[in-house]
Amino acid sequence: MHCDNRLGRWLHSDTPWIWLNAGAVALCLLTLLGILALIGSRGMAHFWPADLLQAQVVHAGQSRRVVGEIIRHEQVSVRRLQQAGLTLATTSPRVGRTLIHGGNRELGDSDYFWVLDSALRERAYPDQLAVFERTRWGPLYGYLRGVSEDGVALQGADGDQARLWQRFERRRQRTAALRQEMEQIESDLLPRLVRRLERLRHQQRPPRERSALTQEQQRLQQRLEELRRQAGRDRFQVELADGRIREFAMSEVIRAYRPNGMGPVDKLKHVALKLWEFLSDSPRAGNTEGGVFPALLGTVLMVLLMSLLVTPFGVLAAVFLHEFAHQGWLTRTIRIAVNNLAGVPSIVYGIFGLGFFVYFLGGRIDALFFPQALPTPTFGTGGLLWAAATLALLTLPVVIVATEEGLRAIPTSLREGALALGATRAETLWRVVLPMASPAMMTGVILAIARAAGEVAPLMLVGVVTQAPGLPVDGNFPYLHLDQKFMHLGFHIYDAGFNSANGESAQPLVYATALLLLLVILLLNLAAILLRDRLRARFRALEPEL
Amino acid sequence: MTPLDKQIPVAQTITATGPDLPATRLKVCDLSLSYGDSRVLSNITLELPGNRVTAFIGPSGCGKSTLLRCFNRMSELAPDCNISGTILLDNDDIYARSVNVAELRRRVGMVFQKPNPFPASVYENVNFGLKIQGIRKKRVVDETIEWALRAAALWDEVKDRLHESALGLSGGQQQRLVIARTIAVRPEVLLLDEPASALDPISTLKIEELIHELKREFTILIVTHNMQQAARVSDYTAFLHQGRLIEFGETEKLFTRPSRRQTEDYITGRYG
Repeated sequence: MHCDNRLGRWLHSDTPWIWLNAGAVALCLLTLLGILALIGSRGMAHFWPADLLQAQVVHAGQSRRVVGEIIRHEQVSVRRLQQAGLTLATTSPRVGRTLIHGGNRELGDSDYFWVLDSALRERAYPDQLAVFERTRWGPLYGYLRGVSEDGVALQGADGDQARLWQRFERRRQRTAALRQEMEQIESDLLPRLVRRLERLRHQQRPPRERSALTQEQQRLQQRLEELRRQAGRDRFQVELADGRIREFAMSEVIRAYRPNGMGPVDKLKHVALKLWEFLSDSPRAGNTEGGVFPALLGTVLMVLLMSLLVTPFGVLAAVFLHEFAHQGWLTRTIRIAVNNLAGVPSIVYGIFGLGFFVYFLGGRIDALFFPQALPTPTFGTGGLLWAAATLALLTLPVVIVATEEGLRAIPTSLREGALALGATRAETLWRVVLPMASPAMMTGVILAIARAAGEVAPLMLVGVVTQAPGLPVDGNFPYLHLDQKFMHLGFHIYDAGFNSANGESAQPLVYATALLLLLVILLLNLAAILLRDRLRARFRALEPEL
Repeated sequence: MTPLDKQIPVAQTITATGPDLPATRLKVCDLSLSYGDSRVLSNITLELPGNRVTAFIGPSGCGKSTLLRCFNRMSELAPDCNISGTILLDNDDIYARSVNVAELRRRVGMVFQKPNPFPASVYENVNFGLKIQGIRKKRVVDETIEWALRAAALWDEVKDRLHESALGLSGGQQQRLVIARTIAVRPEVLLLDEPASALDPISTLKIEELIHELKREFTILIVTHNMQQAARVSDYTAFLHQGRLIEFGETEKLFTRPSRRQTEDYITGRYG
């Protein structure tokens, strides 16, 4: 019975339902956007060149100068500080304090420290205050005072900052080029040479063949020494917060800039540069700086390999279950079992992968194909292949279920039509049924990618490490190293966020990596969705919405 | 008019009459079929002449479609199918163990009630059977496809859109396309299961004209519940009722002077 009053009528109409449903959708969207905004803003802090502060800190009558980057500002209760042992002469219950990143990690200052707002005086943002990003020990904050070569000062502290910086930049670029060549020799040419020598030694070739390679090795090592010497010639002097002037090697500097004087265009250029470095460089300074390229490559490769493994198995299993198996109790049981496999915790898959793929299969492969390398395991330890195989197993139920749905949706009339033309069942499947079920198969693959790209726990057991020896794809035969351990974005987040020595400095990088992982998954999914849409367009008229 | 209450054995009604008797292509020998426990066909014995159109008529559920599907062994696709007796195609037992079913289905083609073109281009639809047979030479394929489409009276309507989707054709065109793709592999027998029942009258007329043309090359068996169509199209008619063959003979004779009362009752519409 409908109530006569307006409220009753409204409750019985469609409107409350529409509001409820729309509200749920809005909530989901807001949550999603909120996550993206949080990760994005915290992550972008990693790339944005923040202003550098110079101030005087007054404490117990003494005053000292600090320089550094403001990380954040918070209000904290006085009682908490007093409990920590601080004496405060204030009546208000809360005080503000600022976290400053002072850098210069190796010089003994704690590089992150809190300062009470009341103690922070004479704040200034001088234009000449610079930050020097280094290969080790994090950033260096200070004023550039001089540049020298072989101990001879090229430009002293005679006040012309512009020329000083010009000189600095030129030397830095030259040293960077030298360093790049050194890196190439160290990480590419020399190891390749050593590998070839190893292979020759294994094959027990006469020393004559090896001598040419040994000579080349010596030449490379000499060149390395020469480069190192050259790079070490340039040094520069920096005035630190406490007024001391210290000398540093130019070869340690990746880039140096003065953020306070940078206009918005310069800052944007800087952001672009750092983004590129993030995507293309390897990590440094204990995974707190540098880039995540190896992890990015490892993640993408692993997901692609996993898709290649899971699709044929999943499709074949689904085809058997739907087309060939007698639809009795056994088939039903198998189907239920497959559906339940999707609910098994992923770490259990990791343990299974370790036991079966790594130890059993890997051990067998080693014994058969790589006996000369034993006891060092080749495939008998975690690696790219086993990680992809483990995740393929994890996502197999998803692909099977999605493919079966697709097969079920194909009308019998089409199958009969093909059979009536003289096609065998196999030909009907291959030429008519499977092409029509391909959008559903792609749906399964999309779901598999979405699930697998985010899993970290099983990977820890079957082949992911914090620092990989090399990229899984490089110029050495066999070009794709399935037996090598690799890095993974999800694991990188875990490692940088929880295991790094310096929690504060790792934070922006963690957020940036999380954002990147989200983007990678989104791009992979988009690619698969586009592919599925193309397939759907071909068979649109005949099949219901899948 | 022969008295209808006289029990004339069915066998006597089967022997064809007339001097221009075409050679028998298909012989059904005591065929019985059941799905699980339910009996669908009982002891059908029939001789079907070649290059003629034979219609199967009868009330709904009398087993005519099932009988039709026995000729290319599509009846086996349903689960729990039990068949006894056999069918001979040119004296070859099609139910023998050594028979390649796929090859049989090439020789005995089938067109279904609802047009079922593949979701592909017109060209690819007709090409399907050829691809299966391994015929790949482009010139041969193109010629065969054109011949099949002409024979199905569809060429003029699709020759400019050969590579567009077959799903864009009208119902009648789709059915003719299905016929074209069926005859492209040069079968010997064509089984038509109510081919025009899902189509409008104009398309139905075109299909019937087509059947008339096609019987010059193929032996055609057609199932229809439309008696006027059976009378128009077929040379011979078989009347089935509840899985049994009641009467078989030349269409003209069966429709004007049926030998059995059941046949006459059905034809005159006393039950349907």
